[in-house]
Amino acid sequence: MAFTDQERAELAERAAEIIARYPKSRSALLPLLHLVQAAEGFVSGDGIAFCAGQLGLSEAEVTAVVSFYTMYKRRPVGEYHVGVCTNTLCAIMGGDVIHAELRRHLGIEGDEPTADGKVSVERVECNAACDYAPVVMVNWEFFDNQTPESARELVDGLRAGADIAPDRGAGRLVTWREAATILAGYPDDQATTGHTAGQPTLAGLRIARENGWTPESGGGADSAPSAASRERP
Amino acid sequence: MTPVPSNPSGSNTVLTPELTARWDEPDSFTLAGYRRAGGYRALPKALTTPPDEVIAIVKQSGLRGRGGAGFPTGVKWGFIPQGDGKPHYLVVNADESEPGTCKDIPIMLATPHSLVEGAIIAAYAIRARRAFIYVRGEVLHVVRRVHHAVAEAYQAGYLGENILGSGFSLDVTVHAGAGAYECGEETALLDSLEGFRGQPRLKPPFPAIEGLYACPTVVNNVESIASVPYIVARGAGAFAALGTEKSKGFGIFSLSGHVTTPGQYEAPLGVTLRELLSLAGGVRAGHRLKFWTPGGSSTPIFTHEHLDVSLDFESVGAAGSMLGTRALQIFDETTCVVRATLRWMEFYQHESCGKCTPCREGTYWIVQVLDSLERGEGSDADLDKLLDICDNILGRAFCPFGDGAISPVVSSIKHFRDEYLEHSKHGGCPFDPAASTLFAGRS
Repeated sequence: MAFTDQERAELAERAAEIIARYPKSRSALLPLLHLVQAAEGFVSGDGIAFCAGQLGLSEAEVTAVVSFYTMYKRRPVGEYHVGVCTNTLCAIMGGDVIHAELRRHLGIEGDEPTADGKVSVERVECNAACDYAPVVMVNWEFFDNQTPESARELVDGLRAGADIAPDRGAGRLVTWREAATILAGYPDDQATTGHTAGQPTLAGLRIARENGWTPESGGGADSAPSAASRERP
Repeated sequence: MTPVPSNPSGSNTVLTPELTARWDEPDSFTLAGYRRAGGYRALPKALTTPPDEVIAIVKQSGLRGRGGAGFPTGVKWGFIPQGDGKPHYLVVNADESEPGTCKDIPIMLATPHSLVEGAIIAAYAIRARRAFIYVRGEVLHVVRRVHHAVAEAYQAGYLGENILGSGFSLDVTVHAGAGAYECGEETALLDSLEGFRGQPRLKPPFPAIEGLYACPTVVNNVESIASVPYIVARGAGAFAALGTEKSKGFGIFSLSGHVTTPGQYEAPLGVTLRELLSLAGGVRAGHRLKFWTPGGSSTPIFTHEHLDVSLDFESVGAAGSMLGTRALQIFDETTCVVRATLRWMEFYQHESCGKCTPCREGTYWIVQVLDSLERGEGSDADLDKLLDICDNILGRAFCPFGDGAISPVVSSIKHFRDEYLEHSKHGGCPFDPAASTLFAGRS
């Protein structure tokens, strides 16, 4: 789809802001691609041409970059894009079963969205939440310790428009396009919302507290107390 | 109380939370929360110390890169030429993506200001006027939190012009990646930050001489940078008193997989898996340890024989693996090592950047051979073939990706050769994958 003149003008305004963040304009290419993905939901030929035009690059140069990075989609995905971690640890902990179950439940074969355009599913690589395995992501927010049942309920809720918040992440789940806007460097107002430290995150700290362990008790700093013991009863 | 393992050093302290010490406070990620816990006290101290002295302090602390390679951080800073007339850059590698590694994400979610404060000090030390935080794109809330912390730091006068009246100025740009494991390699990250495909560069020149935009650049991992405020505030000696002779200080150990209480455990380098497992409630109930990674999937696997290996750079190396990112992925006896290795290799094949032939082609062929072995269609000769392919990648790839990629193959054949052969005798995988899941036996 082609951009309207107004869309193009708005994009160009933001593109100028993004380019100004960098000493050299080409550094703006990744955020610009997030920007056009936010506008259309995927990186279209028009999106590529727009980025090339802003940076004085050829469309081939931009396309070569797009094809390298997995987060840029060349076809539409769902409003809620579900990534099931199937790297080794999550796969073994249940990610393979969850992925197969979601495909079966939604009746989709590849990464195309459901007929209502709401949900698409892909396998993702390790997303740095291994202590919460198996992990499912929706629009790059964490849903922890999933089971086939919980994942099914999750996608059903997403399709029904239910109010869904990630286990660790913002208070409100944003859409795929809103997420891409944030990635382009335009964060929404949700940085201070949400729940972010679950039990695994705090597992070691809890034990250290129970035992009164700090860097000092371990033989480290011997003068002023460290953050672990400062201003605590 | 959790049972306390014995510690030969005399002190019974096993865990030493500092980076993780504020993580349970609801506002730990805000400027106010970070300041209340003592944050931003290292910064004025650093800014009133000559930059070379800051570098010397970090050298003396013995801090080694927490992104996996373990190169001494202060030495890296010292490589930046001074008075060369070129702009200098600090680039924070926040592209955490080594399988099993999950420590930088919680740091940035819970205390992004520790990263910002460390980055300001590091930039001051190397005399950089610009810094970039290259943050992984696939964790949206981290992107928000880091943006938020940077914005708060600007408002407080910790970033921008003439910081705290010191005459030092710094601008920080938060840059989100777009999904590519290879961008964790520092020169690939720089190419990516310059707007190219994330492929590694030939070294030398090293980034310290020609990095971002061919200017002197330091690339440091999140945890390395976040450790800097403690070292500056408390002194190099406080940090160096923890850990082993050559692997100083504290670090975050991430336990995942078949363990009763997975999670983040911050301890001096040199702790053992036996000690950590005893705190984490051991391997999940009714099961026993089969194999584990000491530092992510790119580090050769260990078995129960290695429970008492001191988890420091030297000892893990001497035992045949690498400390890496202290990503302790625990697998019990229900896990098929061939399946685990195949999946890791599918990851490496998928993520190989394609620049060099040994890695691009080698990972592809390893997957084909492993797949036939897992399906029970392989033979003894296939194991030799696998080792031969690995031998043709090791030391011949353009960047460390290739050497890392073959680690699970070579080490799993070394420890579990018979299990590979069992597959062909059995005509398929003899394991029940359902038994390995988190929800095994629940319904």
